[in-house]
Parts: sequence; structure tokens; C-alpha cells
Amino acid sequence: MPPIQIVDYGAGNLASVLKAFAAVGADARIAATPNALDSAGAIVVPGVGHFGVTGTLSEAWRSSIRAAITARTPLLGICLGMQWLMSGSDEAPDTAGLGVFPGRCVRLGGAVKVPHVGWNTLETRGESCPLLDGIGAGAAAYFTHTYAVPVIDEAIATTTYGQTFAAVIAIDRILGVQFHPEKSGSAGLRLLANFARLARTTNSPC
Amino acid sequence: MLTKRLIACLDVRDGRVVKGVNFAGLRDAGDPAELAARYNRDGIDELVVLDISATLEGRRATLKTIAAVSRTLFIPLTVGGGIRSIDDARAVVDAGADKIAINSAALDEPPLITELARLYGSQAVVVAIDARRRGDRFEVLSRSATMHARPDAIEWAREVEARGAGEILLTSIDADGTRAGFDCDLTAAVSAAVNIPVIASGGAGEPAHFAEVFGRGRADAALAASVFHYAEHSVGDLKRFLAARGIPMRLIW
Repeated sequence: MPPIQIVDYGAGNLASVLKAFAAVGADARIAATPNALDSAGAIVVPGVGHFGVTGTLSEAWRSSIRAAITARTPLLGICLGMQWLMSGSDEAPDTAGLGVFPGRCVRLGGAVKVPHVGWNTLETRGESCPLLDGIGAGAAAYFTHTYAVPVIDEAIATTTYGQTFAAVIAIDRILGVQFHPEKSGSAGLRLLANFARLARTTNSPC
Repeated sequence: MLTKRLIACLDVRDGRVVKGVNFAGLRDAGDPAELAARYNRDGIDELVVLDISATLEGRRATLKTIAAVSRTLFIPLTVGGGIRSIDDARAVVDAGADKIAINSAALDEPPLITELARLYGSQAVVVAIDARRRGDRFEVLSRSATMHARPDAIEWAREVEARGAGEILLTSIDADGTRAGFDCDLTAAVSAAVNIPVIASGGAGEPAHFAEVFGRGRADAALAASVFHYAEHSVGDLKRFLAARGIPMRLIW
């Protein structure tokens, strides 16, 4: 199977994601240039930090990622990488997201401390999705973020902190998680293993 | 529901885990990578590696230890001790740290907080504050509690938040090593003054102390070292104790 390619655009601790895939026996590499995505078994867009940083995902990256989506290559956006799959974010209104999911990221509100940091529980929604296989109801994952994706129709799991937001989104083989599976202990490793398995099938998971 | 976090601290000197009582009288408590792997299995929520001798002796955190610890760890790892510059921070992040804790360097050069936040994001910047009671206030000390640094911990906490810190690791020098409980007045006052998470540290001795600091102390997370290292209370047992008292916990099943 061709390796999972992790997009290196200068945001996020790629080494952590790499180590976590290695721990579940998946072959993952760092994609330094968009060409590397042409033969990818699956693609991960990691990321942490300010939405404006996604501006470094050039048109070349965007077109390679769009081409991969058209070819039904599984795609996983993590944290900022998930937010980038939306049309944009209030955090950086001039930076366009990829726009494969509808809607914009909004700042977390309510009478809570922001950023949202720590382990919070996942509530699944709708039909069960193979991405969440083995991740029990009420499992906790590690979050660290200030902006969030609203509960859109494509949300397959939600989390509540001040307000309820989308924790996991999915369309066909395009997936996004707001939390950091590479930092979410055994539940996170299970999710990454489930994602790696997708690359070996042509299933539409969700 | 957001859970309260239990964080194990590995105070590391010369590559080994040690734990001080009021920052003196160290005892050897084991190998860092071994302990980290055990905590990970036990369900600890986060790990902090602090090179406790680094600031005092001008020694930088041992990158080899961090790399060994991070290899088996799939929970957040914070590293502190001896980080005085962007280059120091980059070295620990490259070795596998998710967050950087700074203490004396933040006091000596506050703009470093903002520089680190710009480079790695606020979520990666933990400012450690060592405070002790002085009259009706809490003062801030630096250099492993040997130098007076700021007159008021509350003001300093507000300042580090404004400069871009993502979390505050708050140690009570009075309580540290006593095992008589956290200084809940200190943690409650700082927690109320800022809008970022506060990690309480110093004084943990028994399960009830954690319940107290998450309740009256308003802490978002609690850090301890010796209570966990010597396996007097397993992490799982402590979490079940706290969950039974209505404190939201991440339980491993």
C-alpha cells in the first residue's frame, strides 16, 4: 500500500503524528512538496495554531489535495487541518479554507475559559462510522483550540464546551477531527488505525 | 464534558527522576522513560518533564531524556527547565515536547512569552509561576525559589496571559513537598484572575487533596510527582475516587 502522506506546511508537530502512525503499524511519511500527494495512500493535514497559518498552503498544495479528493484518496484533517477543510474561519477572515465542508469556524463562546484545553468527551451522532470503531461512547480525546466548527450535518461526533461543536466531520472519505488523536492516548491511536485501514479499502466510511 | 486533568511531573536531574522536599533533599525515583510509559498505561492525562537543576546551574534540559520519553508517549508532553531562548525551546520541541514551560526566563525577559506564542501558538506556551505567601498576598520567586522576582502572583499571572501564555503551572512553594494539601487559596485566586487553564502544583499527599483543589481551589488540572512515583495511589484509583465525588475525569476502561 502506498504510504500515508502528512502535509508539511509549517504548522503542528509532524513528528508526533508520524510517531503515532508508526505505533499502529502504518507507513506514514512527511510530504514536503505537493507532488508527494500524487501517489499517496492517504493524506493527513495536521496543524495547530492560528488559522492564518493555513495561508501557506499554496495553490499547488490545494490543487494536489483537491485532485486526491477527486480520486477518493482518504483525507484526514487534524485540529487546524480540520478547520481548513471549511470555507473559512472568523479567526482569519481573509484566509480562505479549502471549502469541502460548508460553513465557517467560529470562536468558542459561553462562560468558559478559552482556549479549550484538555480531555473532553465525544458524543457520536447519526449512523456509526468505521472511523470511530472501538472508541466507546463517552470516550475522551485531547483538545486544544479557540475556534471550532459548528454542528453541521456532516458532524458525526460532537463535543460540548460552553457550546456544542463538531468534534468529527465526514463526507465520504474526507474526515476531520478537532482533537489531537496523536495525543489522545489509546482512543486516539485507535482512530488513526481506523483511518489507516480506510486507505486499504474503497469503502465510503460514513 | 471537559475533564479535570491529572498530570505527573518528572523532576529530572542527570537523566534520572528525583523529587525534592521544598526544593532540597532529593531522592532517586527511577528512570524517566520507564515511568512515562507506566503513567501512559495507567491513564495519566499529561506528563511534565522538568529539569529542576537546569535553571539554578545554567544547565539545559537533557534532550536525550525528552526524546526517550516522547517515543512511548501519546499524551501531551510539557518540558521545562533551562529554556531561556527560542533556540532552547526549538531544541525541546524538536525532541518531542508539545508544550514548553518557562519560569525564570519569563521573569527575566517577559517578551519571550510572546515570541514563543507567535512561533508555536499559545497552546504550546506554559508559564510556570512559583509563589509563596507573604502577608495577605502571594509573591513570585525565581531561580528555583532562591530569588525574589515579582511582588504579586495575581498581577504576574494576568501579565503572562496578556503576553500570550496558554496555561499557567502554579506551584505553591509553601506547600511543595509537605504532602499536606495544595494551597487552594492561591490556586483559586489565580484561577479567578485569568481566563487560561491553571495547573495546581505542590502539596499533594492524598486523594482528598485533589478533590479539594478541583473544587474550592478552582484548578483545571493538578500536578504531582512523588504521590504517583512511589505508587502510593495509582492513577486509576485516584481518578475513580474523584469521579465518585462528581469530578469529571477521563477514565480508562
